[in-house]
Amino acid sequence: MKQLLTFLTKEFHHILRDKRSLLVLLGLPIVQLLIFGFAITPEVRMANIAILDNAKDETTRLIIHKIENSKYFDIDRTLIKNEQVEKAFKTGKIKAAIVFQQNFQNELMHANKAQVQIIADATDPNQAATLINYASAIIMDYQAGLNQQNKLPYTITTETRMLYNPQLKGAYTSVPGVMGMILLLISAMMTSISIVKEKELGTMEILLVSPMKPWLVIISKVIPYFIISLVNVATILILSVFVLGLPIQGSLLLLIVSTVLYIFCALSFGILISTISDTQQAAMLISLLGLMLPVVMLSGYAFPIANMPFILQVLSNFVPAKWYIIIVKGVMIKGIGMEQIWKELLILLAMTVFFLMISIKRFKIRL
Amino acid sequence: MKSVELENIVKTYAAEKSIVTAVDNVSFSVEEGELFGLIGPDGAGKTSIFRILTTLLLADKGDAKVLGYDVVTHYKKIRDIVGYMPGRFSLYQDLTVEENLNFFATIFNTTIQENYDLVADIYRQLEPFKTRRAGKLSGGMKQKLALSCALIHKPKILFLDEPTTGVDPVSRKEFWDMLKRLKAQGITILVSTPYMDEAKLCDRIALMQNGKILQIDTPPNIVNKFGKNLYAVHSENMFQLLIDLRTFQQTASCFAFGQNHHLTLTEDPLSITELEEYLKSTNHLNTTITKIEPEIEDCFMQLMKSPSPKEIIQ
Repeated sequence: MKQLLTFLTKEFHHILRDKRSLLVLLGLPIVQLLIFGFAITPEVRMANIAILDNAKDETTRLIIHKIENSKYFDIDRTLIKNEQVEKAFKTGKIKAAIVFQQNFQNELMHANKAQVQIIADATDPNQAATLINYASAIIMDYQAGLNQQNKLPYTITTETRMLYNPQLKGAYTSVPGVMGMILLLISAMMTSISIVKEKELGTMEILLVSPMKPWLVIISKVIPYFIISLVNVATILILSVFVLGLPIQGSLLLLIVSTVLYIFCALSFGILISTISDTQQAAMLISLLGLMLPVVMLSGYAFPIANMPFILQVLSNFVPAKWYIIIVKGVMIKGIGMEQIWKELLILLAMTVFFLMISIKRFKIRL
Repeated sequence: MKSVELENIVKTYAAEKSIVTAVDNVSFSVEEGELFGLIGPDGAGKTSIFRILTTLLLADKGDAKVLGYDVVTHYKKIRDIVGYMPGRFSLYQDLTVEENLNFFATIFNTTIQENYDLVADIYRQLEPFKTRRAGKLSGGMKQKLALSCALIHKPKILFLDEPTTGVDPVSRKEFWDMLKRLKAQGITILVSTPYMDEAKLCDRIALMQNGKILQIDTPPNIVNKFGKNLYAVHSENMFQLLIDLRTFQQTASCFAFGQNHHLTLTEDPLSITELEEYLKSTNHLNTTITKIEPEIEDCFMQLMKSPSPKEIIQ
């Protein structure tokens, strides 16, 4: 027991005295969460657009007014001629242009049909699609207002509702993603590096030829990063609730229990990495290539798994983060309980046991 | 009971394309309370033997026992009772002197206070810096701290792999004094060193080269077995002298050795006068030829030079 305590004290000295690494360990989740939560979001706000109003009548004025008042668009310039449209795009300042045909109101009132053209800069296809959706929605909304006044015989009105994330906030995907990534990175990479460091320095040789049991060495290496991971979970949850305004719908206890299980899974993966690498660089490379890439690419955090080729879909099943992100999304955002996520929890548990078994099998009691 | 027993130990490593034999059929034993030295240059196989005995490596062939326990089957028992200081022993650079010593004391189930008298002589010099980080110590100080850490748990048998490499002469002497005190307390010590001058401080030594033991005996016996007259030759142009001596027909061996060249002759002592005349003819100034007592290093050079049995067969 005294051995374990002394070893833990030593580990905390290592971590606390390396101020720069400590700052990264504790600061990284905060920075990542804020960047993904605020700066990098799929939402489009205040996009610069150009308006070419060839009609200049009451209706177009009202529509333009509606567009201007929405938080999505900012009218950068008003054009007079069709030729100016392309030029305006080439300056790179505008993302979309809205062109009204001549005699817009007349055509609408008498021919029951008027044309408005929405042109978007599709160098960024997602953004272009979003802008067109927004613009169409605004125009449709205006049209709906018109229709209410003079009733049409047959209309189908669609009523959409965005469940669980009504404001389509980016934070709803970034919080589970950042948790999946940060916890894996800190638990697995830092644990493996700190174990391999002992090998590289030659101190492992002494630790092996000492009465200290090898599993005690591993436990002492794992506990500090377990604690740091818990601190990170707390900061991420506090930030996401109070700063990003993301409520925890489900049971906090269930969320914490599954997070602890995920941390265990990551720690055991870290131990596994330490048994197959002899240098800190190798451990870092394996962690980054073996963890970061799959988490970002295959966990469903950045790209939807359903859109992937079959082989990648199969591969994604082996990424622990995928299951964890499903759990967090379910518990945190949808508010589902144990009955819906027991399968994912079981998979994480199985992975943990698997990693630990291989580690134990591969752990070298000799050099 | 013998403290250490090795029987026909062979250890090979797979290198690129070839197999390197690091330990080649080595057998020796160390008595209880003995200070036994493995003497040899880098690559002689010293570290491999240490690692086999401390249960860190498995030998390809042969048996080894430490304090009666087999190194393979009873490795756990051995790990509890031996003390080991690896060659590339490095401390935790970001821990202070005191924290390092305290850590290693606790790992070995003891405290600094309990065995303070064992390390007192060396640790006393470190005490003014005990709150300093190990990484900020000078090279010699680091080594002293490492020595203290290896000794702190007063083991029954101590394995020291090149403990004095990179240590200043004063600290080396202090260290060997400390080994003598440990030995007086009944601790068996197996030490390796590339320094020949440290060899004579051991009770018995094994001279090693290329994984083989050239000779095992007490230092005086090894010197006695030299069996030839040894001469120290000196002149003003030492480089030319070495070339000239090696071309001299009756030269059996000649090595540069500190300030002099150490020389043995094939027909001794008849040719000594011939040598004097030969050197005169080669225009060397202030030539002195003195008969001297051989040292361990002379014996080692001689053993290295004598052909191995294999070469005789060829």
